[in-house]
Amino acid sequence: MSCAPLSVSQLRFTYPGEHHAALDGIDLEVTAGERVALLGPNGSGKTTFVMHLNGLLELQNGAITIGDLVMSEDNLREIRRRVGAVFQDADDQLFMPTVRDDVAFGPANLGVAGDELDRLVVETLERVGAGALIDRSPHHLSGGEKRRVAIATVLSMSPHLLVLDEPTSGLDPAGRRELIDLLVSLPQTQMIVTHDLPFALQICPRSVIISGGRVVADGPTRELLADTALLAQHRLELPFGFDPTRV
Amino acid sequence: MTSVLAMHAPDGFLEPAVALVTGVLSVVVIVFGLRVAGRELGDRQIPLAGIAAAFIFAAQMFNFPVAAGTTGHLLGGALAAILLGPWVGMVVVSVVVVVQALLFADGGLTALGYNVLNMAVVTAFGGWAVFRLARRFLPRNSTGVVGASALAAGVSVVLSAAAFSIEWLFGASAPVPFDTVFGAMVGVHVLIGIGEAVLTGLVVGAVMASRPDLVAGAADLDAEQRAQRGKVGMKPFVIGGVLASIVFATVVSQFAVDNPDGLEKVAIDQGFIESGTDHALDSFIFADYATSGVGNETLSLAIAGLFGTVVTLAVGFGLLSASRSGRRAAAI
Amino acid sequence: MSGAHAHGSAVDSLFVEAESAVHGLAPEAKLVALVGFVVAAALTPRTSVWAFGVYAVAIWLVVFVSHVPVRVVLRRLAVIVPFVIFAVLIPFIGGGEQTQVLGVSLSVDGLWAMWNILAKASIGATASIVLSATTRVPDVLTGLTRLRVPRVLVAIIAFMMRYLDLLVRQLGRMRTSMTARCHDPRWLWQVKPIASSAGALFVRSYERGERVHQAMLARGYTGTMPTLDRRPATAVDWSRAASLPLVAVVTLIVAVVL
Repeated sequence: MSCAPLSVSQLRFTYPGEHHAALDGIDLEVTAGERVALLGPNGSGKTTFVMHLNGLLELQNGAITIGDLVMSEDNLREIRRRVGAVFQDADDQLFMPTVRDDVAFGPANLGVAGDELDRLVVETLERVGAGALIDRSPHHLSGGEKRRVAIATVLSMSPHLLVLDEPTSGLDPAGRRELIDLLVSLPQTQMIVTHDLPFALQICPRSVIISGGRVVADGPTRELLADTALLAQHRLELPFGFDPTRV
Repeated sequence: MTSVLAMHAPDGFLEPAVALVTGVLSVVVIVFGLRVAGRELGDRQIPLAGIAAAFIFAAQMFNFPVAAGTTGHLLGGALAAILLGPWVGMVVVSVVVVVQALLFADGGLTALGYNVLNMAVVTAFGGWAVFRLARRFLPRNSTGVVGASALAAGVSVVLSAAAFSIEWLFGASAPVPFDTVFGAMVGVHVLIGIGEAVLTGLVVGAVMASRPDLVAGAADLDAEQRAQRGKVGMKPFVIGGVLASIVFATVVSQFAVDNPDGLEKVAIDQGFIESGTDHALDSFIFADYATSGVGNETLSLAIAGLFGTVVTLAVGFGLLSASRSGRRAAAI
Repeated sequence: MSGAHAHGSAVDSLFVEAESAVHGLAPEAKLVALVGFVVAAALTPRTSVWAFGVYAVAIWLVVFVSHVPVRVVLRRLAVIVPFVIFAVLIPFIGGGEQTQVLGVSLSVDGLWAMWNILAKASIGATASIVLSATTRVPDVLTGLTRLRVPRVLVAIIAFMMRYLDLLVRQLGRMRTSMTARCHDPRWLWQVKPIASSAGALFVRSYERGERVHQAMLARGYTGTMPTLDRRPATAVDWSRAASLPLVAVVTLIVAVVL
């Protein structure tokens, strides 16, 4: 199975030394194969939430379940295999000397080796349309190429849930369109953090708005984006002239 | 200016015996340093040390103005030690020196032993020792850390030059006596030390202002002490540095030239005079050039003995305080 | 000068794209050949002038075979210039027996010392340049791993090389924005804004290190770098690469015995 449901209940988190909770009781249910946009102003807790899904922040309160797996210290390894996190700055994600080594890093940590690893790397890069980049150095890639390779680095671990942080930032229009085509073609459950509201509308039937560490809205993307009062209240803005009801 | 004297010695600069001994020493220190750094940084070691090394490398490439069109650049040994702790700092600068030799042809591969020793080990631990000592006399706040950093950086460069001169005594490849090399190296590096001191102080100051928690050398300060910053103008800072260096250089030269008896006594105590008279041993241990035909061979040995002791003490003290503060540094 | 340095790409300019027997050799064989050759040259007595001639011919033959343009090698040899200047001074300040050249008194031993440093430094540097011009950085790293250099050390070098250009570019951008606001310092006490930007760069670099660490954890990193190597050197690689140090070692032995 390549996609899994996600269930988050009463997730609370406060950074050490701070008074305000970064996450203040998040509840969220995502069904298998769904693509959900996570919207919200800067500092709303989106990134903190994303880091929880991969076990990068220790659970303080609440529960996270991915498929039949409950997040805990004991099954962190399996959680990290099932959840592929693609970070905002692709230069953070691509740290190995070559694209090949970067895509191999995750599965190699899981014990895949030899010919099987080789085949997996080639297949995954083909899957994201980056087969020709295999022996390149990450710092020679264009923004769009970096983004696709960054996605390949987690796809090679056969995740059930993909979490992407600002995947369209820094992409030119063609790179953005290619990314959209790629994401739509992937079967995994996807949580996409973004400020790019037209992008959310184009590929995510459902959106969730997080503000002040809470879920303040959850519904069809088209409806949320049409609610100008709601958007204004949470510092979300559509591009000039963009009408979500007419797309 | 300093690019001319960045001390990346090429192949053939010192005799093979010195290259071999310093090479073995450097390998041992780096391997041990990697283990300590691994304990301090845990599984963050590879990305943090790697990117910190890229930072030191980048900082070395970047030219700063010194005076009227001449430029210099950071060497960064003391800076790395103060920001990252002496062990991690030493490993980081060693990596930079090794890669510069292997891939950039900057410094010889067979000179790596003494280049790593002088540019990474002596600067990191010597700098750390001066930093810890200076911290005792300076206020326990941000200004104190910045002042100690500047002093440590300046002295670390001079220590490095002294270390090179002493290696020259053991393995000179040219008929230039130790005194001349020592005088020239230390003299010039006192000047370079001023630039290093100013730059290191400012860089540490900038980090203290935004992320004081990242300065390993300030790990003992609490939030309030970190916030305390005195205002020292740039001109007094630079002029003060120049004056301090001139005083230092004068003292060193007076010591060397006018007071040979005192030095001789040190040399006798240290047992250097005996080795100076034993010709078979002499030609084996010391390169002929450094001592033969010089006339005041006793004096060279004495200066070398004295400064060898100073460098060793500084590095030793740095190592000692590094191991004592290691547990605290691990918390950063 | 600072501009060229700060904005240029340090890592990318190392490798010279070409098809050659030298490019195709396994990196570990090239590394061993490099070290063997340079060590042999460093051990050769300075009086065996002919031996250095053999080394020069050998290493320039490799340059020729590698199709690396001569001007690239010469340009990168500029790094040894400071020490060339130092070496040229030695005969003037050196002691011992003197000789007269054009009315100037020069030390005989000093001349030999100058020759020694010039010969060994240029041969060593040329050999290093050939390695980095014909071997991509990832391959050098693979070679080091195969030669049993501690994995932690190789990994630190790998991360350094990966992020070096990124940091140099960041520093260059900071410098540009300063110049754009008419800050063009000429004296050491005007250096504060530049040093502050270096401090800011350290903070950014450290924070990037932490983010990279998280990205590694997210992909199952537990503190040891995975082994990703698959294709070690063949006997053909070794025998081809061995030719250079072999020439050097034979020359060294002859030079020492004679």
